[in-house]
Amino acid sequence: MSALSDNLVSFAILAYLVAMISHAVEYALGNARTRVAAAPVRELVGAGVGGGGASVPTPPAPVPPSGAAERSARRARIAGLVAVGATALAAVLHLAALVTRGIAADRMPWGNMYEFVLTVTFIGVAAWLVVLWKRPSLRKLGLFLTLVMVLLVATAELVLYVPIVPLVPALNSYWFVIHVSTIVFASGIFLLGAVPAVGFLMRAGYEQGKRSFPYTLAKRLPAAVSLERLTFALHAFAFPIFTFAVIAGAIWAEAAWGRPWGWDPKETWAFISWVVYAGYLHARATPSVKRNVATWLAVLGFLTMLMNLFGVNIFFTGLHSYGGLD
Amino acid sequence: MTVLDDRPETAAPAPRRRPNRLLALLRNSWRQLTSMRTALILLFLLAVAAIPGSVLPQRGISPEKVNEYFVDHPDLAPRLDRIGAFEVFGSVWFSAIYLLLFTSLIGCITPRLRDHARAMRSRPPVAPKRLQRLPQHAVLPAPAGGAAAVAEVLRKRRWRVEVRGDEVSAEKGYLKETGNLLFHTSLIAVLIGVALGSWYGWSGNRLLVAGADNAFCNTRQQYAEAKLGPRVDSEDLPRFCLRLDDFQARFLATGQPEFFNARVTVDGPDEPTRSADFSVNSPLRLADASVYLLGHGYAPVIRYTDRFGRSQVSDEPFLTTGDSGLTSEGLAAFPDANVDPATGRRAPDEQMAFTGIYLPTAPQQAPFARSEYPTERNPALNLVAYRGNLGLDAGIPGSIYQLDQRQVRTGKVKEVGTKLLRKGETWTLDDGSKVEFLGTERYVTLSVRHDPGSTILLVSCGFLLVGLMGSLFGRRRRVFFRVMPADPAEGSPTGGSSLMEVGGLPRTDYPGFADEFAQIVAAVSGDERATDRADTDADSSDRAGVREGAE
Ligand code: HEM
Repeated sequence: MSALSDNLVSFAILAYLVAMISHAVEYALGNARTRVAAAPVRELVGAGVGGGGASVPTPPAPVPPSGAAERSARRARIAGLVAVGATALAAVLHLAALVTRGIAADRMPWGNMYEFVLTVTFIGVAAWLVVLWKRPSLRKLGLFLTLVMVLLVATAELVLYVPIVPLVPALNSYWFVIHVSTIVFASGIFLLGAVPAVGFLMRAGYEQGKRSFPYTLAKRLPAAVSLERLTFALHAFAFPIFTFAVIAGAIWAEAAWGRPWGWDPKETWAFISWVVYAGYLHARATPSVKRNVATWLAVLGFLTMLMNLFGVNIFFTGLHSYGGLD
Repeated sequence: MTVLDDRPETAAPAPRRRPNRLLALLRNSWRQLTSMRTALILLFLLAVAAIPGSVLPQRGISPEKVNEYFVDHPDLAPRLDRIGAFEVFGSVWFSAIYLLLFTSLIGCITPRLRDHARAMRSRPPVAPKRLQRLPQHAVLPAPAGGAAAVAEVLRKRRWRVEVRGDEVSAEKGYLKETGNLLFHTSLIAVLIGVALGSWYGWSGNRLLVAGADNAFCNTRQQYAEAKLGPRVDSEDLPRFCLRLDDFQARFLATGQPEFFNARVTVDGPDEPTRSADFSVNSPLRLADASVYLLGHGYAPVIRYTDRFGRSQVSDEPFLTTGDSGLTSEGLAAFPDANVDPATGRRAPDEQMAFTGIYLPTAPQQAPFARSEYPTERNPALNLVAYRGNLGLDAGIPGSIYQLDQRQVRTGKVKEVGTKLLRKGETWTLDDGSKVEFLGTERYVTLSVRHDPGSTILLVSCGFLLVGLMGSLFGRRRRVFFRVMPADPAEGSPTGGSSLMEVGGLPRTDYPGFADEFAQIVAAVSGDERATDRADTDADSSDRAGVREGAE
């Protein structure tokens, strides 16, 4: 079962790779005009029920594409669909890898960094599929998402891999399930949220006419406003879950270590992430703070999450080094 | 978002007759401090200030690491120490940041609490003259019941409704501000809980060896380390005693621990006498304290019989060295050894001490330095005997776990031999005295604590979460309806019957408002088909970009 799980992870990485390449093909061929124009037309129907709807700007009528452009647009769309299909397949393999790992270990597969990263990335991709289902027009963001997936899952497999061992008693508690599942879930959403955040920063620069390197990547990304919206929606969703997870961690720490909060390095970095994300939500709610400043805070928040996951496990020793007693 | 734009206006006091410079300055600083920008900067500073707390060792968490740091960085460490870098979370600057932040917070929410209380009682405002200027707008045939029918529909949808003649104003989503205020107030309550805990709480750590002779009672002297909050006296500690009766541990083949259980007998004036079990993750809850199991190990029982034939027994705990095999080190000291029974005089230079390494599972061959497994499969005690003046009388506080190395260096204590002992074995020293390894006792590392702020902390965290969700997911919005007499000159599509104009205003960032507006309009006009269409449309379309204007 354990070997099966390892194989499934490898297949999932392959599928993410395929998805990434297809997205890249779509990106290279893509003619942004055809699809972007299509969505808002339906939009008008909804807003115009009452007959007024005057406030909704009418999008420019789609320019009839020329023959060659049409062909490449069609190819791009096929590549995009393949990419989405490959992402979905990868997510299924990814889930199967987690389930088999859990069965092999006879517990939830969140006992060490390898399993943790694997679960966080799965949450990220699952949430991405939900976003995609609700907002198909954001599909091109998938290039960046699958890139992140390939990088993180491959890092997990190549660097962090450990064989299955049972939990140490310090982790053997129902609080383990509550605290870790919510942390994993929130981290997965924050991970996904960081993708449109970075996308927004590039795209906003592009829309302001910047044509130097990172901005040009954003040429075919969805409009900056929709990226920013998505960024906020994901963070607003993840933040209370993260807050709950931190509180649950404090309750568990009280039972296990005798104090709810002790400024152990993991706790300290969770505090830092929480404060930075709270700063993001504040900044976004403050009209005088520019949206890209606020979004930088979201990116910074994700960097602190990464620091907590990788940095703290590797550089610092604390109670959270999954050791527990002794 | 509008919430913020409102705030400074309501906070600004009425103009004064004689402007006072100092007052103006104070007022300005206060306004500055309670502004969102300041709150943001302080939040950011708080995050930055916490970083050294994770990078540098902290006294409160690992004092021994701080000492190591002083040894490794003799120049830097004292300078860092002066600015409180080893006690970041109690340092002046860290406290200053969060106290300023909380002052700002209080200054920020007090006027908002007042405004919100007022808003909750007030009625939805009069409809603006030109509804077509609002972000959402529609014109439709007036329903049969006129304004009253509209109000009915809105009330069913749990809007707060006000009918003024032909006009209907309605508002919804107070939950957002309620939640926001609840959240921020809970933050203050959390801080109060933390403060109470640190003022009125106490804690102590100690090792407890199994057996009736080793029982301990909850007094300050009985702890190796004790921390009492500034408002706690030694006499305030609840009176109870604990005796370790049994300790069970199970390990995996790899040596990884799998299960622990400690059984103790509790008694004392403040606790009913009883037997209780506790473990990692499930502390022993007493009336005014909790007992946590933090670690465990072995205490070798060593009997020393001096050259006059008198024996003494030591069962001091040997401290684990951190490996998974529970290799432990410790000291058995016999300062009263070799007292001449004839004279009754102590020979200060004939005290005995044994330092040792205890291996629960010794390897089959030398070196006998590391245990292979944490349970006693092949127990062996590697002892080094010392004779001389142990330095315990000099009044210098020594560790009971380590031989005073100064005495060794100055030659006052001399090594007289080493030997590996199995359980029950005896070693006869050069002077005819004997040392026996009788067996081992288990010991546990305990932390005993009381935190009177924990209930407040827990409750306020609950409110904090509820408030946060209300704040993030609540949406304040208004709709206005105006029934207009038909204007025959304009040739209305509905042929002469009266029309109704509708406007909608989201007061907070709310991308889905257009959909909700469409649904309300459909419901009011009784057009169920339109409602369905609006429903399905809500899910599938990409409205993000276009709805920007709705803000
Ligand atoms: C202890 C420090 C603080 C923390 C951790 C904190 C945290 C938060 C969080 C997480 C939110 C998000 C909820 C939301 O977006 O609605 C929020 C919202 C808000 N906070 Fe704070 N806050 C703090 C201090 C302050 C201060 C000092 C002010 C006043 C200057 C303030 C004013 C606000 C306002 C007005 C909102 C609502 C934003 C909106 O309309 O969405 N907060 N706060």
